[in-house]
Amino acid sequence: MRNEYIFPFRHGWARHASPVGALRISAWRAILCLWHTKEVQMKKLLSIALAAALFAAQASAAADDTLTIGFTVSQTGSLNLDSVAQLHGFELWRDEVNAAGGIKAGNQRYQVRFVSYDDQSQGGRVQQLYTRLIVQDKAQFLFSPYSSGLVATAAIISEQYGKLMLTTGAAEQKTYQLGNKYLFQLYTPADHYLTGALDAVKSKNPKATIALVYSDDPFSKAVAIATRTQAKERGLNVVLDESYPPSTTDFSAIINKVISSKADALLGGGHYPDGATLARQVYEQKAPLKWMTLLVAPDSPQFASLGDAAKGVSVPSQWAPQVTYKPDFGPTPAAFTKAFEAKYKIAPGYHAAGGYAAGLLLQHAIEQAQSIDPQKVAAALNQTNATTLFGGTKFSTDPKSHGLQIAHDMVLTQWLMEGGKLVKEVVWPLAAKTAALAYPYH
Amino acid sequence: MYGILASIIDGVLVGSVYGLAAMGLTLIWGVMDVINLAHGAMIVAGMFGVFLLTDSLGLPPYAAIGPTMVLGFFVGVLLYWIAVHRVIGRPALMSLLSTFSADMVLIGLGTAVWGTVLFNVPVSLPGITWRGYTFTGTHILAAVLTAVIAGGLYLFLNYARLGKAIRAVSDNREAAELAGIPTTQVLSLAFGLGVALACTSGALIATLFPFTVLSGGAYQLKSFVVTVLGGLGNPAGALFGGLALGLLEGLATPFIPVSWIPVIEFVVFVVVLIAAPRGLFNFRRRS
Repeated sequence: MRNEYIFPFRHGWARHASPVGALRISAWRAILCLWHTKEVQMKKLLSIALAAALFAAQASAAADDTLTIGFTVSQTGSLNLDSVAQLHGFELWRDEVNAAGGIKAGNQRYQVRFVSYDDQSQGGRVQQLYTRLIVQDKAQFLFSPYSSGLVATAAIISEQYGKLMLTTGAAEQKTYQLGNKYLFQLYTPADHYLTGALDAVKSKNPKATIALVYSDDPFSKAVAIATRTQAKERGLNVVLDESYPPSTTDFSAIINKVISSKADALLGGGHYPDGATLARQVYEQKAPLKWMTLLVAPDSPQFASLGDAAKGVSVPSQWAPQVTYKPDFGPTPAAFTKAFEAKYKIAPGYHAAGGYAAGLLLQHAIEQAQSIDPQKVAAALNQTNATTLFGGTKFSTDPKSHGLQIAHDMVLTQWLMEGGKLVKEVVWPLAAKTAALAYPYH
Repeated sequence: MYGILASIIDGVLVGSVYGLAAMGLTLIWGVMDVINLAHGAMIVAGMFGVFLLTDSLGLPPYAAIGPTMVLGFFVGVLLYWIAVHRVIGRPALMSLLSTFSADMVLIGLGTAVWGTVLFNVPVSLPGITWRGYTFTGTHILAAVLTAVIAGGLYLFLNYARLGKAIRAVSDNREAAELAGIPTTQVLSLAFGLGVALACTSGALIATLFPFTVLSGGAYQLKSFVVTVLGGLGNPAGALFGGLALGLLEGLATPFIPVSWIPVIEFVVFVVVLIAAPRGLFNFRRRS
């Protein structure tokens, strides 16, 4: 049964599906009626008053119907590639949810509206823009920017204003250990990034030597610190341990050091630009490595454009299109991959999947809480223990690490040549693999 | 042992390209006493020149270096007439500000058009492998081309009429004017030449490493260090200064973390400024 609202006006009765629409029509008709009176001043005054009331009605009506989610994207700067992939994940979720009628919170349905800005891959911009999103744009919920460094800055602002933020594209753990109430992390924390790679190398050569070469940014440093300890625990000797400035383009000196150290495996990297350049130059300098795992960069489909330099390079991945998670809600990994490819003509990487999952989990929490009240939604998120296309999701509720992701697993994917084309396959853990590990990698 | 040697050789190869960049800076500085703060922007212009020529016209990267050099020359002459002509002979601060604003404008335009994304010119040449260390073909070719260009510059400055005119003007502008040399035009051509050298070094760097619109800054800094090492106004000195800097980088890298190299470079810079302000490679007497 459709709701119809009947309003009287000049020529009879108006019928409209929504109260706002009917109000709009009758207000407009009233203005036109007034326009015909002889009292010009009165006419003008009344029409202004009516216009103001109309405007107010419209404005509050907009707030009733839409849910505003704010975030920044690195449209420019070094983090551009993966940040835009994350954005595509957000947008695919938004379009699907709006097409299905919006998020259902109790009796109300909300269309999702994004407000986003370009943070230029810079922390200073993130600080200004998140303040703007909260204060001026009145964002009701927030998504994070991409990359641990920027998310750390955004988290300070969001916690300052008490706004709920789902963080995706960020693995550094320290952000959640500073005492927060409204942060919720989707990615597996940085500590676990290279654990799989270490295990994989150890399974092939228990005496392998490791070169740790990583970018000097919060995420990569956090991964390196954990990897050092974990390598020692596994009896693998770290023979080189060096960081480089994130903007480095000339790795020849470091690569010579890697060759001198006679390391078997190179682990490290940073984000896309330096990772891709490092991979290319390692290949050009023919470093005699048996294994190379780089962070982030090889996950992007664009990495394959390096050709032979990309062959055999592995990347710890938050997700891969081939995973076989059975979701409690939302699409399956295969359905998500298909929808993403149809819309963006490229296979999704884990950044896009994380973006989509962030939206999905917020939607689920709002539906469970039956409200868009931040306290209730936060409580719902704190109770979440579910599997989505992205994998397991459960947030730590310990005040010392609130929001830290404690149920999500990582996989190791490797670029393998299949039928003359480079394809990413899951090679570790063995239980989840879709192809055999290639060691030596080249 | 071989690692250190390989590091030194590699450092010298890349250092030669730094030397080429510095040659342009030092030529302008020596001839007209103008510190060209748009130097970094010109290096980036060379990088983008090669990128655009290879990307849109499909030229092989090394074939794009020649046109980039020529275009750089004309851009340099234009830059001279717009930003430098009126501030020659005036207090040094004015020429600094003038070229600095030109730099800001150009970098701003570049960022607006291309953003700050990484660009890459795909070049791949077989290298030489020695005891496990590979010297990539691109590095070797860049060093060879630098040597050729430096040799060409030397011949030009010493044997060509225009080259000799440039040296005359840099020695004593008034005397050169009296001798019938059209000094203003010679200055503009010298500026164009300096910028052409900067663009060429940018073009060569583009074949070695990826770059962004903002990459010029780092190379401009290195150019200043090299210029001081080699002595102001001394192109040959600049080349040797570049090789010395590359040698220093190569020597230091095996022993210390790579992030400390810039610190060492600038310590050397300050020491040379204090102890040998005329530069280490100033073989000529300058009155």
